[in-house]
Order: sequence, then structure tokens, then C-alpha cells
Amino acid sequence: MAEIKRKKMKVHSQAQVKRYTRSRFGNFFFFFCLFLFGAFSVIPLVYSIVTSFKPLDELLIFPPSLFIVKRPTLENYLILPSLIESLEVPFSIYAFNSLFVTTVGTVLHVLASASAAFVLSKSKIKYKNIIFMVVQLSLLFNAYTLMIPRYLIYSGMGIIDTLWAYILPAIPSSMGVFLMKQYMDGYVPDALIEAAKIDGAGWIRTFWTIIFPCVKPCLLTLTLFSFRDMWSLVPQGTIFSETLKTLPMVMSTVVSGGLARSGAAMANSVLMMIPPIIVYFISQGSLKESMSSAGIKG
Amino acid sequence: MKFKNTLNTMKQNWELYVLLAPFLLLFFLLTVLPVLSSAVLSFFNFDMVSLPKFAGLGNYIRMFTEDDIFLTVLKNTIVLAILTGPAGFLLAFVLAWMINELGPFLRTLLSFMFYVPALTGGGLLIWTIAFSGDSYGYVNAVLLSLGIITAPIQWLSNATAIIPIVVAVQLWSSMGVSFLANISSLQNVNPELYEAGAVDGIRNRWQELWYITLPGMKSMLLFSAVMTIASAFSISGIITQLAGYPTVNYAADTIVSYLNDVGSVKYEMGYASALSVILFALMFGARKLFVSLLNKVGE
Repeated sequence: MAEIKRKKMKVHSQAQVKRYTRSRFGNFFFFFCLFLFGAFSVIPLVYSIVTSFKPLDELLIFPPSLFIVKRPTLENYLILPSLIESLEVPFSIYAFNSLFVTTVGTVLHVLASASAAFVLSKSKIKYKNIIFMVVQLSLLFNAYTLMIPRYLIYSGMGIIDTLWAYILPAIPSSMGVFLMKQYMDGYVPDALIEAAKIDGAGWIRTFWTIIFPCVKPCLLTLTLFSFRDMWSLVPQGTIFSETLKTLPMVMSTVVSGGLARSGAAMANSVLMMIPPIIVYFISQGSLKESMSSAGIKG
Repeated sequence: MKFKNTLNTMKQNWELYVLLAPFLLLFFLLTVLPVLSSAVLSFFNFDMVSLPKFAGLGNYIRMFTEDDIFLTVLKNTIVLAILTGPAGFLLAFVLAWMINELGPFLRTLLSFMFYVPALTGGGLLIWTIAFSGDSYGYVNAVLLSLGIITAPIQWLSNATAIIPIVVAVQLWSSMGVSFLANISSLQNVNPELYEAGAVDGIRNRWQELWYITLPGMKSMLLFSAVMTIASAFSISGIITQLAGYPTVNYAADTIVSYLNDVGSVKYEMGYASALSVILFALMFGARKLFVSLLNKVGE
């Protein structure tokens, strides 16, 4: 009897979710607002793409037309290879540096953040609250005045003018730990850890086999942030060798050269946006899937 | 004896230390040490050429008693933080919440669109053109052709117009970190809670939001708030790119743009450090205020 009643309740409640908490007018209104804001947001992307197809004479028109190209051309893109060829160091080295620094930096940052966040969120380690508070508050300190002490520490570590000057500073960025810790606090039940402990798993194994898959949505989001930052990173005063420079550093000099190169500059910035956009769609596209497979509901 | 006990627990928990160490060591070296030394430096005069000279509270006293520019940029920083902080925080949440109602395809597409300004970073150029001071600037051109104004307005060198423009551009480009973090956590709120809520008499989406969704993501809201505070009090690149530094009568310059100038143009690192300590204190207060508000959610 009770069983039947509960079933009825369930059917009833689902119907209510549809009927009472969502009105059709509300849905329409929501979508309209979203679309408006979205259209407003993509303007710079559209503008960059449109401008990259403009011939020189159209680039010089002021004010520039926002979305219209009268005679679209590929010349801004086609000129890039010849500009690159004149470099002293082969282009492939810059491309390799960029890919290496971005991937290694992102992977290490995400791993270090997730494992530290796990300890701060789920263990009873001494001083963990103090450590976490310091992590949080460090986000509120302006980075500019930290430049000199950081430079001294980098040179003490001997990483100036090596690829580590890109990677090491990125690993302990406080935002990653903060994000992962809040996520684990909110959505990884302590019962999971207890269960793993009863099964005799150590902390490292628990982290790797149970927590890591659970927090995939958050890992993907963090990967996305880190990739974007590392990809466009231009270090200040820590890299001097030409063979250690990355794409954003060299491309900004390649396409500099006043108005004549402004089309090429725009083509370059459109091309440079492509990798972060790809990473965005891969990571956000797999969000949904990881949600249902993680099994941490409830 | 006590020491031995501590040693024993440390032995039992060695795996925890292994997991924490990579982050903690680098964090201490590259963030904690620099922050501490910068805080110490705020009590010195340091021109980056000769050795730092102890100045006691001199930098702080100078800030509040002799430096009119500081008082202006302090006021601007607070005004801009009040205008962009709460609104940016709410916008990042509300947009994520609205998007969460959509199917996976629309959700991915729309969140991408919102994320574009933060992703591309270089979108500011378009605003410079839009608010250009001659009649060719888009805003002026539209207002002129509609007959609302008769002469073009110098938007970016106009002390009253510059603050609203900066606020708009900042909000427009702020759908980054907290926005996407909100999306990933909204999808984690247990759907059974919504069903249970409907049974318990929740009648519309607003009640659902207040009683179920918000309390379910408190931890992420704190993250989102701290990130928003950090960016709302540190607006500076936008202003400099739009209107240069300094803006007319320092009408829109903030503590961050001022301390960049003090440090890299005037070479007064001690004073710049003192400025960033004051900025830290402001953000710390804002964070405290937010935490006490957050405790009221869902009541």
C-alpha cells in the first residue's frame, strides 16, 4: 500500500516540476535575454574574423565597418608563411615550445591543484584550514608588487631563461586549488572516502581511482582556464633566448609593422584563438557525459 | 612524547604529504614568500637602485595625508568595485543558471558565446572605436543620426561618461572563470532534490532557486565571489586601453593603475607595496562582508 502511494507521489511530483516551476512565458523570456547577451558577447570575435578577410584599402576605412567585407581576400593569411620564413629560428621551434609549455604546464597545474585540494578538503591534516585560508587570501594580493621578489626567487632556482620559467610559476596558482577544493567540498561525499578506506585503499590510491574520476567536470573546466592562460602567456623578463620563445611572443613581433601589417596581425590573432577554442569545445562537450558516468549524485 | 606522537601520525599519513607537497612547496616559494617580502617592503623606501631604507609607517602616512591622487584612485576603486562586483557576481550566476535550463547543444553554444570576451581578451579595440570621440565613433554616429545630440561627445575623456563605460566593458568581459565554474557546479545539484522540493510545495523557479539550488552550491558561490572581488578591485587594463593613463583628472584610475605607475615609472617600490597592502585590506573586508551574506542564503 505504502509502495503504491510512493509511486503515485513520484509521478505526481514529476508532473509538478513541469507544470509549476516552469512557465512557457518564463522560458521564452529567459531565452530571449540569453540570446541578446550572447550576441553582444561575440561581437569582438566576429569583428576579428571579418577584419582578417579585409583587403588593405578596406582596412583603412574609418570608421571600420563591423561585419561587412566588400571584397573578401585571403591575402592576410597567405602572407603569414612568408613572414615566418624570414625568422632566424625555424618556426617549428616556436610552435614546439608553445605546445610543450602549454600542455606540460596545464597537466602539472591540474594534477598539483587536484591532489592538494583533495588533502585540504578530505583529510584531517594539521593546519589545513590555515593553509587553505592563505591560499584564498593570496588571490587578493596584487601581482604587480610581487614581480621583484619572484624574479629573485626564479634566479635563485636557476630557472631564468629555461622553459621552466613558463611552467613552474604556473603550477602553484592558487585559483586551481581553490576551485577544486570548493568543488570537492560541495559534490564529493565523505562517505566515498570512508568506503575506500574500509576497502583498504591508501590516500594516493583513493585520490587516483575514486576522486579523480569524480571531479572530472571541474578538472575539465580548470584545464580550459589553464590552457588559455598558458597558451597566451608572455613572460616578463624571464626569457631571453630566441630558441626558448613561444608563438605569442614571436608572432607579435612578426606582424608588427604599422598599418600595412594590421590585416596580417588580425589573421594571426584569429589563428591563435583556434587552439583554446578547440580545447573549450572538447572540455565543455564532455562535461555532460562525465556528469552521468561519475555517479556521485546523492 | 608528544613529539613522538606527531611523528607517528605523520608516518601514517605520509601519502597525504606526498599529495600536498608539490603544490605547497611551490606555493610557499613563489607566492607566500613574495607576498611577505612585499608587505615588509611597504615599510621601506626602495627605488630599485640603492638598498631599501626603513621608513616605518611613512608610506602609509604619506598616502592618507599628502597624496591627493591616492585619495582619488581609492574612491574610484571603491566605486568601480561596488558597481561591477555585485553585478558581475550575479550576472555570472544568473546566466549560468539560465543556460543550465537548456539542452546540451544550446548550452555549449551559448556558454561559448558568453565566454568569448574572456577567451579572446583582445576585444577591447571594438569599444575604443565605438566610443571614439569624433562623429565616426559608432555611438556618436547613432546618437547624431537620431538627433539626440547635436555635436559628438568626447566619451573617453569625459569625466562623467568614463566610469559607466568602464563598468559596462568590465561586466561584458567578465563571464570567465566564475561563470564556467557556476555551470559545472549547477549541473551537479541533485535532480531528486528538485522533485522532492516540488512535493514539499515549491511553486516556481524562484523558490526553487532560493531553497534548493543556491544552498546546494554554497561552496562554489564563495569561489565565485572571491574571484569576482579580486577582479572588481583590480580593474586597470581596461581603463588604460580605453582612455590611457592617467585619465582626465584621474577620473577613472584605480589603485592598481596608480601602483603600476608608481612602481614602473616613478620607481617607488616601497610605496607601490604599501598601496597593494591597502588594496588587499579592502578586498579582505569585501570578502568578509560576502561571507556573512552567504550564511543567510536559503533561510
